[in-house]
Amino acid sequence: MRPEMTAASLDTTARSSAERGALARARLLRGLLPALSLALVLLAIAWLNPRAISYFGFSLMLNLAIPIALATIAQMFVIAGNELDLSIGTFVGFVGCVTATWLKDAPLIGVAILLGSIGVYALLGALIHLRNLPSIVVTLGMSFVWQGLAILVLPKPGGKAPDWLLAFMAFKPPFVPFPIIAALLIGLIVHFGLMRTSYGVILRGSGGNPAALGRAGWSLLKTKIVLFALAGLFGVLSGMALIGITTSADANIGNGYTLLAIAGVILGGGEFVGGRVSPIGAVIGALTLALAASPLLTFMHIPPDWQVAANGAILIIVLAARVLISRRER
Amino acid sequence: MVAGNADIIRLNGAEKHFGAVRALGGVDFHVGPGECVGLVGHNGAGKSTLMHMVAGTLVPDSGQIGVHGGIEDNYSVSRAQQLGIRCVFQELSLCPNLSVAENTRINHASLRGFGWRRKAAELIAAKLDEIFPGHSISASDIVGDLSIGRRQMVEVARAFTVTQDRLDLVILDEPTSSLDAHTAGQLLAFVRRFVAGGKSCILISHVLGEVLRNADRIVVMRDGKVVVADAAGAFDRDRLVTAMGGAEARQKIAAQVADAKPGASALRVRARPAVQKDGTDLVARAGEIIGLAGLAGHGQTDLLLAIFAAASRARAGIEVTAPVALVAGDRQSDGIFPQWSIVQNIGIRSLARLRNGLLISPQREAELAAVWQKKIGIRTPDMNNNIFSLSGGNQQKALFARALGSDAQIVLMDDPMRGVDIGTKLEVYDLVQEEARRGRTFLWYTTETEELDNCDHIYVFKNGRIVANLGRDELTEEKIIQSSFGDAA
Repeated sequence: MRPEMTAASLDTTARSSAERGALARARLLRGLLPALSLALVLLAIAWLNPRAISYFGFSLMLNLAIPIALATIAQMFVIAGNELDLSIGTFVGFVGCVTATWLKDAPLIGVAILLGSIGVYALLGALIHLRNLPSIVVTLGMSFVWQGLAILVLPKPGGKAPDWLLAFMAFKPPFVPFPIIAALLIGLIVHFGLMRTSYGVILRGSGGNPAALGRAGWSLLKTKIVLFALAGLFGVLSGMALIGITTSADANIGNGYTLLAIAGVILGGGEFVGGRVSPIGAVIGALTLALAASPLLTFMHIPPDWQVAANGAILIIVLAARVLISRRER
Repeated sequence: MVAGNADIIRLNGAEKHFGAVRALGGVDFHVGPGECVGLVGHNGAGKSTLMHMVAGTLVPDSGQIGVHGGIEDNYSVSRAQQLGIRCVFQELSLCPNLSVAENTRINHASLRGFGWRRKAAELIAAKLDEIFPGHSISASDIVGDLSIGRRQMVEVARAFTVTQDRLDLVILDEPTSSLDAHTAGQLLAFVRRFVAGGKSCILISHVLGEVLRNADRIVVMRDGKVVVADAAGAFDRDRLVTAMGGAEARQKIAAQVADAKPGASALRVRARPAVQKDGTDLVARAGEIIGLAGLAGHGQTDLLLAIFAAASRARAGIEVTAPVALVAGDRQSDGIFPQWSIVQNIGIRSLARLRNGLLISPQREAELAAVWQKKIGIRTPDMNNNIFSLSGGNQQKALFARALGSDAQIVLMDDPMRGVDIGTKLEVYDLVQEEARRGRTFLWYTTETEELDNCDHIYVFKNGRIVANLGRDELTEEKIIQSSFGDAA
């Protein structure tokens, strides 16, 4: 090589490694954003009501965070494959109704129904891939199916959670409240599965560049089925956790979860396309939404009618911050 | 009957059609061990289609594929990988959301289980060190953060990594297009070492010098066929260019039109591509038809869009003195309003003139459409039918009617004749000539060299820059190929 050429390329090397350092810093900042927003909400609560920051306070405030976190993880799997699930809320409601009736009265049939519903989710993934259907349309249709089934199973509010489930959700570990331990476990397990295992790479790759994955010989049908089945699995866990806390069910109990789950994924640093998701971020996003929704508002003496609006406001603020960070990257 | 058992791959009589378009018409092609085969040809000559077949991503309509002497009936990507055939595609096939190591894992099913991340990282880092010493890419970098050149380096290095499957043949489709001269040199040197080790390569490049210097054998394709295949030593630049473009001089269609033009009319457009370093401008005057030539995607469309934008908001380096209309090339995504009728699709560019008070006058809209239906010959029983009731060629005519029916004195054409039948083409050529005689200016980007015969002046583009500026009398296909394949970057 000619000397000036080498010099030039060394120069660009130095410059681009500095650029990449800046990129890495921006990515770190963006990765910390969910944690920062959670910390902000916690600080606000501590300032408004210092007594809430206690073992008992957290157990109470974060009680409903576990089912929300599980539903958010379910949504995250779907979003990782560049799809969207508008039926997760009514699905959680359906699972809740089955849990409060069949799972208690006839456990075997209950288990079969829940496993079958995960199978239905897997089939939806296959259908969406094979027929090239927009997932929004398919899952919007399915949301009415789940809702209808829930009403068939439990026409009016009632039923009762199985005793073992009640006992499990009422578990009181020493020092650290159960919801925090559960959230940590959920986040870490899913992080390991999706971000660290060799097949997790393939699942995320199917959202990043499906054509490349297909050329490398991987089955996109299989990745889609696996992602949707995982969404179904976590939807089932979410519904069961919810009934373990509320002790009885209602066909409409999960309806709000669809948008909460989407908001949680996005709040946690995920993006709608491109396979960019973060399990730990998603769990943190779910916790933030759960905290900001009712406890914070109660302490601020704002009526619960404003809950949804408050969630929206948090989402807008965090997304605006993310846009600002991304703009600085360029 | 696959002959020559020593060949790594052999295709006999491979044919492929996409709809009515014949992409490959009975091609015989083979690669032996320890040779680097150079593959050259103009856009659409069928190189990529042929390579997709070798890599297993496309199945030929007819013909035979043999690998390592055995006939493959169910040839596929995974079969090709088992047999040691890999391809670096022109479009990058990395996942931008994954790290370099994770992208390596995607190509190796055996990288799994405990410690796979470390193994993948070591594998790709070692290969990058071998091919591009001093590359400064880390295996943990997220691909989306890397520059396009570095991504290409990762993609090339990944194709040469070996785990359990064998590796005999790597297809490199424009491997140096995003690399600087230094890294391109490193890659080509590595290719020579790879071939010297008894393995094989197929090298596709638009830089003819690269092919001439590095290939052992060169295959030239044109119009979906192999026209020449010979040892690299038997070629020089001129012979390659001649083989690619067809030597026979063609008849000029409308030379007489040019002579009638006045010498210097009013300036309509003066534009300089954003990356142009010397002072070359594209200049278009009233009544001129200006051709934009060169290989596809070398900045022609960008310049047209910049001119279009400059008409409504001033931009540095671009001067536009009259209203502009654009005829889109990709009519399905950029041109047509699919829910609208033919009349509405034609009228949208002229709404200001079609207004009656605050509302659009359906009557004036219909009049405008009727005039152009007659003039341009849109074949339909009712102009109020949905635009999709028309054939592709007639849809394109409606888009021409939209532009020509407007007040625009400058018409930008972004390769509008793609996939249009020859009859429609000739009608539109005549219309363009006629409108130019009336003083309209046309800027015409085309990938079909014959269409340039309609132009008064041709600018050839390469890497976003104007590299040649030809008058009508200087225009030959060879000249255009010479400049668009020029080695000087």
